[in-house]
Amino acid sequence: MGVLLQQAVNLLQLGSIYALLAIGFSMVYGIVGLVNFAHGDIFMVATYLLFFLATWLFSMTSSSFAVLLASTALAAAAIGLLAMIIERVAYKPLRGAPKVSLVVTSLAVGLLLQHLVLEFLGPNSQRVPRMVPDIKFTVGTVNFEFYQILIILFALFIMLLLNQFIRRTRTGVAMRAVSQDATAASLMGISKDFIISVAFVIGAAIATVGASLYGMAYPIFDPYIGQMINWWSFTAAVLGGIGNIRGAVLGGFLLAAVMVISPMVLPVSSYRDIVAFSVLILVLLVKPSGLLGKRSIQKV
Amino acid sequence: MNSKDREQKNQPILAVENLCVAYGKIKALKEISFQVYSGEIVSLLGSNGAGKTTTLNAISGIVPAQSGKIVFRGQNLVGMPTHKIVQCGIAHVPEGRRIFPELTVEENLHIAGYLFSNRNKPLLEQRMEYIFSLFPRLKERRQQAGGTLSGGEQQMLAIGRALITGGDLLLMDEPSMGIAPNLVEEIFATIQTINQKNGLTIFLVEQNAMMAMEISNYCYVLETGVIAHEGVSKDLMQDDSVARAYLGESI
Repeated sequence: MGVLLQQAVNLLQLGSIYALLAIGFSMVYGIVGLVNFAHGDIFMVATYLLFFLATWLFSMTSSSFAVLLASTALAAAAIGLLAMIIERVAYKPLRGAPKVSLVVTSLAVGLLLQHLVLEFLGPNSQRVPRMVPDIKFTVGTVNFEFYQILIILFALFIMLLLNQFIRRTRTGVAMRAVSQDATAASLMGISKDFIISVAFVIGAAIATVGASLYGMAYPIFDPYIGQMINWWSFTAAVLGGIGNIRGAVLGGFLLAAVMVISPMVLPVSSYRDIVAFSVLILVLLVKPSGLLGKRSIQKV
Repeated sequence: MNSKDREQKNQPILAVENLCVAYGKIKALKEISFQVYSGEIVSLLGSNGAGKTTTLNAISGIVPAQSGKIVFRGQNLVGMPTHKIVQCGIAHVPEGRRIFPELTVEENLHIAGYLFSNRNKPLLEQRMEYIFSLFPRLKERRQQAGGTLSGGEQQMLAIGRALITGGDLLLMDEPSMGIAPNLVEEIFATIQTINQKNGLTIFLVEQNAMMAMEISNYCYVLETGVIAHEGVSKDLMQDDSVARAYLGESI
């Protein structure tokens, strides 16, 4: 029982992070129809930026909580801007081009970011400074740490905030309208370019929050972490039904469940990736559009 | 009103001059020209594939014009993106209605006020009330997802949405398509109401030629991308050659 509870906390922690990563992936797909394989490397750049910001802020204040909030907010804004610029420079000129060209471009953008970081910052791994007090809780036989609770609550807060934005605000409803019928949305006076920018900014900003939370649990990073993150966010988004934000959250937690449960059941923990991708293939065989996805109709 | 009266009016609100549109190598519109004057209902008739929807889509900037001019209140719209054309004052009820299926009726109407709802909430409320008075069914279904409405209700929603955007010229693409006959009459009656009471100019594309001619002042007949006939609706209705040509095409 204690082990199960312990793993439940781990599952929620990991699932929260996967969910935040998958949201940006799914949102961009829902609006532009682009599978943005640069998402993982955006996350990687965000991690570096968070690292430098946190180091710099620690030189001015010793309040680790203030550093956490300030570095996350600043990095989210900067990475959002970066994603918007990438969209304008690399993806926008390809609007109307075959989807394959866009996917290849996004892969190229990811590689470019990775190699820029390799070139200027080197391949060595770094460690995110500790920003939350090292407090351990013990309830019965279950041990968990303060940062785990923080990750879960912070991620939940961001998801609720996003939900309110999408449901209630004028821009949020416009985003849903564009993802359902972009032409009809333009007839309502909605600029698709603006909505696309908003989707990229929000997706990247949420991935930055994900990077900040991820760094609390797994502080070691290097220029190659983007690839792994890419596959996780892609898998979570597709599992839930790419383009569907709630699906992305569901996919994130499902992926986390596989990652947490399979090492408990299987003899070798490295089997978990095999299990995760097998689950993905199985789900897609049964429901090709993902768990919450709609059957897509190719529009001419 | 006859053709001469029409020409004596000053500036048309919409003047299309030598408009050409092509899809790849297929020419959909071949140098068509026509005018719509303020306060009129003008119909564009023709059979399937004649280029009616293409004409409306070119006016709204959904398909690009290859050459020619689309002048709305003195401003050339060619090359302008769709969302800017809406801002100029053209509302468009698209073919197939294209309501947002996963938004509620209310959200569909709210988002149609996208251009002003952040600055002028009362105007949005006022227009919503007007739409609900035109189509009480929409009020009953305001919390329902758009995709769950019947075809006729979706058409009402599409018209309501276009009216909320607040243009002076309303483009309507086959409002009778796929709708129960009794609702078609209701919708055509509403089209007349909004024309007469609100002074909205309407450019109507229809396959249902008789109904369209009955409510419109002036008609153009499109045949494979060219304007084959035009005239005051009443005259055109009595013109055998038009009826033959038009019906002959559609059988």
